[in-house]
Formats: sequence, C-alpha cells, structure tokens
Amino acid sequence: MVVAVIGCGAVGSLFAANLATLDDVEVWAYDLAQEHVDAINRDGLKLTGAGEVTGRVRATSDAAELPSCDFGIVATKAMHTDAALAATARAFADGCVATVQNGIGNEEVLARHVERVIRGTTFPAGKITAPGVVQWDVKGDTTIGPFEDSPAPFEQVERLADACTRGGMPTKAVQDARGPQWRKVIFNAATNPLGALTGLTHGRVCERPDLRRLASQLVDEGKAVAAAQGIVLDSDPEELIDYAARPEVAYGHKASMLQDVEARRQTEVDYLNGGIAGFGKKLGVPTPAHETIWALVKGVEASW
Amino acid sequence: MARVCVAGAGVIGSLFAAHLARVAEVSALTRREEHAEALRTHGLRVSGRADFTARLAAATSPDDLEPPDLVILACKGTDLDAVAARLAGHWPGALVMTVQNGIGADEVVARHGDWRILAAVTFMSGTRHEDTHVQYVLDTATWIGPARGTTYADAQSVAELIVSSGLKAEAFEDLRPAQWSKLIFNATVNTVAALTGLPHDPHFAALERPDDLGHLVRGLMDEGKAVAGAAGVELGEDPWEMNVLATRRGSAHYPSMLEDVEAHRRTEIDMITGALVREAHRVGVPVPLHETMERLIKAKEDSWS
Repeated sequence: MVVAVIGCGAVGSLFAANLATLDDVEVWAYDLAQEHVDAINRDGLKLTGAGEVTGRVRATSDAAELPSCDFGIVATKAMHTDAALAATARAFADGCVATVQNGIGNEEVLARHVERVIRGTTFPAGKITAPGVVQWDVKGDTTIGPFEDSPAPFEQVERLADACTRGGMPTKAVQDARGPQWRKVIFNAATNPLGALTGLTHGRVCERPDLRRLASQLVDEGKAVAAAQGIVLDSDPEELIDYAARPEVAYGHKASMLQDVEARRQTEVDYLNGGIAGFGKKLGVPTPAHETIWALVKGVEASW
Repeated sequence: MARVCVAGAGVIGSLFAAHLARVAEVSALTRREEHAEALRTHGLRVSGRADFTARLAAATSPDDLEPPDLVILACKGTDLDAVAARLAGHWPGALVMTVQNGIGADEVVARHGDWRILAAVTFMSGTRHEDTHVQYVLDTATWIGPARGTTYADAQSVAELIVSSGLKAEAFEDLRPAQWSKLIFNATVNTVAALTGLPHDPHFAALERPDDLGHLVRGLMDEGKAVAGAAGVELGEDPWEMNVLATRRGSAHYPSMLEDVEAHRRTEIDMITGALVREAHRVGVPVPLHETMERLIKAKEDSWS
C-alpha cells in the first residue's frame, strides 16, 4: 500500500517515519521545506525522544513526483490545507485522504479536492529540531472515521487504522469521529493560545489557578457549542488538560501555537478559537472568552 | 521661589523636573546613585517639543535634599510603595502629588505619612534616551485634584506652577471623572498592547471582521464604564472616543505596559486592571474580560521570572 503524508512537519513526520518501518507500506512525504526534504532523502526521517525511529521515506517538494496513492494523511498547518490539496489531489484520484490536523473545518477543505475523506484527530506531538530530525515529545492515540459529507468506505478507514497501529501509531477506526475531534479542538483552543499569549508551557499554564480557570471557561463554552450540534464528546477535555499537565506527559511542552508565535509564523487560531466562535455564532451559543482569545492572537500576528 | 522635589526620574518625572527647574528650585530623588550624579554633573536635557537643559539638585536619599514645598511622586506604580516608604518621616509640611496610572496611588502614599496629598493623572508622554536626556513627545495635560487634606485651591496653585514651567496642567474640583476615564482607557489599551505586541494603532478601533481587536477593546471599555457607573463616578471623556481619536493621530504610541513586557519588567497591572477588577467586585459588576486580561498579563510576567 502507498501512503503519502502531506505536510511533513512534526506530526506528519511521526506518521511518515513510523509507517515507513512497515514492509508492506511505501511512504511518501510531500513538504515545501527543501532542506527538510533533502535531509530525509539523504539520511532517512529520524525520530528521537519518546521513540527512536528512522524511517526510509521518499520525500519531495514537487507534487508531480507523487505516485498514485491508496491513502493521504494531511498534516499541514490548517491554513495551508487548500494550497497543499490543490497541488496533490491528483495522487488521490483512486485513494482516500485523512486529515490529522488541528482544528475545525479541515475535512470540508479536503472534500473540495478529493472524493473520499477521512475525519481524524491525533494526539502525538513533537517538534522539528533539525532538517530530517523530529523530537517526539508526546505519544498518544489517533481516531479516524468517515467524513459524513464525503465519506471514505469504512473498510478503507479500518485499513489505514490497522497500518498506523502496526507502525507504532495506535489508531482507532470509528463511525462517528466528531466526538474525539471536538474533544481535542476544545482542549487545544482552551490551552494552546494561553501558552502562546503568556509564553508558558502547558504544565505551567495549568499550575496557575487563575489561568486554569480561564481554560475551564474556554472548555465550557466549547462544550456548549459541541452539544448544540448533537456531538457527544468521547471524554471530558478537562481530564485531558490535567492529564497533559503531568510531568511525564506534556508539562514542559510548548504548545504548537507558542512555537508559532516564537517563530513569528501564522497560527492556527482561526481554526481553533475562531472555529468555535464561528460555530457558536451560527448556533446562537455565546463564546465571549473564545472571541477574546481569538482577537488577541490575531493581534499578535498583526504585530509582526 | 517654590521648592519642588520630583521622586522618580523616569520619563514623566524627568519632564516635570526639567520644566519646573525653570521656575522653581528643583531636586530629583533617584534610585541609583550614578543617576543622581549624572543629573548633578550634566543637568537634564529636554528635546522634542522643547529644547533646553535644566540644572537641578539630585540625590538618592531625602536626607541629602532641602525640604521641598511640593513633592511629585513620579515613579512607576510598581515602585510607589517603596518610594513612599523612603519618604516616611521626612518633609511633614510638604504637599505630595501622585501621577501614577490607575487609581489608588494616593491611598498607597497615605499609608506612609501625614502629608497633604493631591492626586493627578498625566497624559503627557516622552521617551527616555539616557539618564540625563528625555524627549518630550505628547504635550497633553496633567489633571490635578484634591485627595487628602487638600482643596481645589491647592490643585489650582500646583497647576499654575506647572503651566508657568511650560507644561500643560488643569485643576479639577473632583478628579475622579478624569481618573476613571484614564483608568478604563489604560486598563484596556495597555493590556491589549502588552498581550499582542501592537502599539496603540488603528487595529484598536477596527470593527469590520469578527476577529478585529476593536470588539475586544470596546467590550473591555464597556465593562469599565459599567463599573464606574455602579461606583457612582460620572466619566470625563468617553474612553472609546479617546481610543478612536488616539488611533487616528497617526503616530503609534507604545503604552508603558508593552515596553515593560518587552523589557521583561514587572508591569503596573495591579494598579490598573487590578484596581478596576477590585472596584468591580466591590460594587458587584461582572468584568470577565478584564479578569481574563489580568490573568494573562500576570502569567506573562511569570514566564520570565
């Protein structure tokens, strides 16, 4: 089976390198960072930290080089989805494409370019430390399911889940993947921007009672917006926040949004707090805290 | 000739000290000895809207200064308690004027002595280039009102002295309307600037897109106005109009809290947003947006300590 990872940043690399350890999977990576692409082709894609893996991955920054694939795993930053799919959709004419991106609304973008879409949510995290090298900070599960409006066949969803799991990225196939996705979106929207605005790691955000309460306010607003759509969260985002704050999990992890702010890159706030605020507005659910955070992070971006 | 001591020679203190030295006998009380020495040796230069160098006395201890008639406490709000403590037991006859951002500065000072106290808010601004050189940027007024043991006439005489020195000042029977307008303005603009890194510029008045900052700015100001209303304070200028006007001036202003954050210094959050939130709790008005800003700024201070 042929899998192409679209966007080989930290999360994309975790999937690509782990899948590449399997004999029956040929892994491609599409990424625009030429140095990273060259390093992967020269030395393999290396993971350090939570797992030591070197995967033989064919990397390219030229979408035309991608073969016809059985699966795509989209892991770009949310704001780059449209451009990445416009370039690579041809490789998935007969395949299924899954998103493991942060935020709300990625599936809709995928469905504009490909026919069979898989909704996905993933928890592992890390960061690129050098071209071709990714530090694996946090292990975790992935949940995938057919995207309601433009679904991939469920047996294909199961096939991808099986490969990821065998490769070392535990993945579950479910019929309705919205619950886990909203749980993570709410988790991310309640914690990432607090790190980004204050400069604190996840653990330090959580040990300040005043900030922890602010996170809970954001969680409560997010839960109300999910409930208004009939989405049943698979578990409480609050538990996830406290779990992630444990020293052995992600106490010292700088949220990706904080990494973005430090590097002065556009953040995913539009797809997190902006996504929740947008759905809230449509559904008549007030989200003042998400609106505040959204405006502040957009202000940070505007200051560069 | 009146004798004036300016305690704290940052931007605002330097502007007061240099101008007043043209019409009064002025001394500066500084924290650092090399600062006092530089002022004694080189005087204090003003550039920008004025251009002159003033001669003045300077020391790090009140014991080394002649007892003044007027003390202007011009240090940052974060240093006010410590500076007032150093004055405790000195100059019982002096009139003491606070010019800190926020509200409650006069109460902090009152804890350290029986001086007669005036409260002021200042809208002038400048840039400090070195210990002995300050650039005068915005020539807006300082508003003065009675606080403890003082009258409107006291405020008037200090305002006249300041005006005679070339700065703008005005006395008020009741300073609270002006103080509260500025408090709400600062609690909003300073915190938004400090969290976003944006100077006070047109983003603060933008209302077109749902994620534009103007919505948050207006929301924060509306909360502040509700607190003022419940506290029985009739506002002077409307903070939102102050905001719109300031962002139209063209030159982006860097609020002091943004400078503090960039320099990894402690901010005045406790005396500005903290004071507003405490007052809100006292009068029972919800201020969730200001509480959010206060939490985020305090956490940000934590990130470099």
